[in-house]
Amino acid sequence: MYAIIAGAGKVGRNLARELISKDHEVTLIESSRDCYLANEEEFEHAVQYGDATELWVLERAGIQRADLVIAVTGDDEDNILVCQVAKEKYLCDRIIARVNNPRNHDHFRLLGIQPAVSATDLILRLIEHEVPRYGLVHLLALEEERLEIIELEVSSDAPTVGERISDIALPEGSLIISVLRGRSGFVPKPDTVIEAGDEVLLVLDPGLEEAITAYFSPNGTPAAF
Amino acid sequence: MFVLIVGAGRVGSAVAKSALASGHQVSVLDEDPLSHERLDAGQSKSWEDSGGQFTVGTALETDALIQAGIERADAFIASTAGDNTNLVIAQIAQKRFGVDKAIVRVMDPARADWYREQGLQTISPTKHAIDMFEQAIEPEAA
Repeated sequence: MYAIIAGAGKVGRNLARELISKDHEVTLIESSRDCYLANEEEFEHAVQYGDATELWVLERAGIQRADLVIAVTGDDEDNILVCQVAKEKYLCDRIIARVNNPRNHDHFRLLGIQPAVSATDLILRLIEHEVPRYGLVHLLALEEERLEIIELEVSSDAPTVGERISDIALPEGSLIISVLRGRSGFVPKPDTVIEAGDEVLLVLDPGLEEAITAYFSPNGTPAAF
Repeated sequence: MFVLIVGAGRVGSAVAKSALASGHQVSVLDEDPLSHERLDAGQSKSWEDSGGQFTVGTALETDALIQAGIERADAFIASTAGDNTNLVIAQIAQKRFGVDKAIVRVMDPARADWYREQGLQTISPTKHAIDMFEQAIEPEAA
């Protein structure tokens, strides 16, 4: 696979190392002269000096034959531009953009720049996972595919405690895929009985979180978001 | 016509003043409060007294764009110092807020050309400068 990475900062540099170690061909593009020189020693011909939002710089890096373009500069507009041009002008199949300011996430989505990865969001999700505040954790969201995987803690007053999986009428578009009990997890069978303190993993269509939460929170009231 | 101008540098502020003088409603958004002075410079009345609107905020902040009146803008002018910022916000104006007329200043002629093909009205001062230099060197060729 041939990957072009715009931005040779911490993220870009480490991505390049990973990809190279997996025998992929990589070109890093860096617009700051100092940063370029600092990387040249390690990456040699695999790092190029230039502004990756300039079309000729992308062409010099061989964007026409790139399988993957990754934009991880510190500037969201630049990342959008690089990915938009890669996708729409050079018809590159796969793009990945970094979102520096989570508030800009909507702009990436609006302009069709997906996937867009925000480090802040990822860290927040990890924190949610470690410290569940509302008993609901988003584990994975596949926006293009319109699917989510969430984790919910079953409270002792939940209406589903003591119920068999087959008797719980969950809304259409949701499915319990795993139950974590004690320190281990298992795939539930129809006759598995839900216990207080279980953590259930569900796959669902986006927008069902609130409805689903009601099944596993006290007295069936939806959790506050 | 309601004109929203993002970026009140030399170009943006001059266009804002002439649009206001031509009788349009004009709103200006800039991240630097000091850029307001450019709107007042050389005028007998302050920008607001002349009927202009000024909002402090960055171009990618949706709230700032809404406060500056993007939802009722008939024309959107992106004239910040950054080509990529201009290209992104003009697309936001078009695609998210349905502004028909989005005019973008793009220094780089190559990007200006390609985005023009994609439906943005781009203006490249660099391209104009190149043309004028070429004409100045060989006037008879023009």
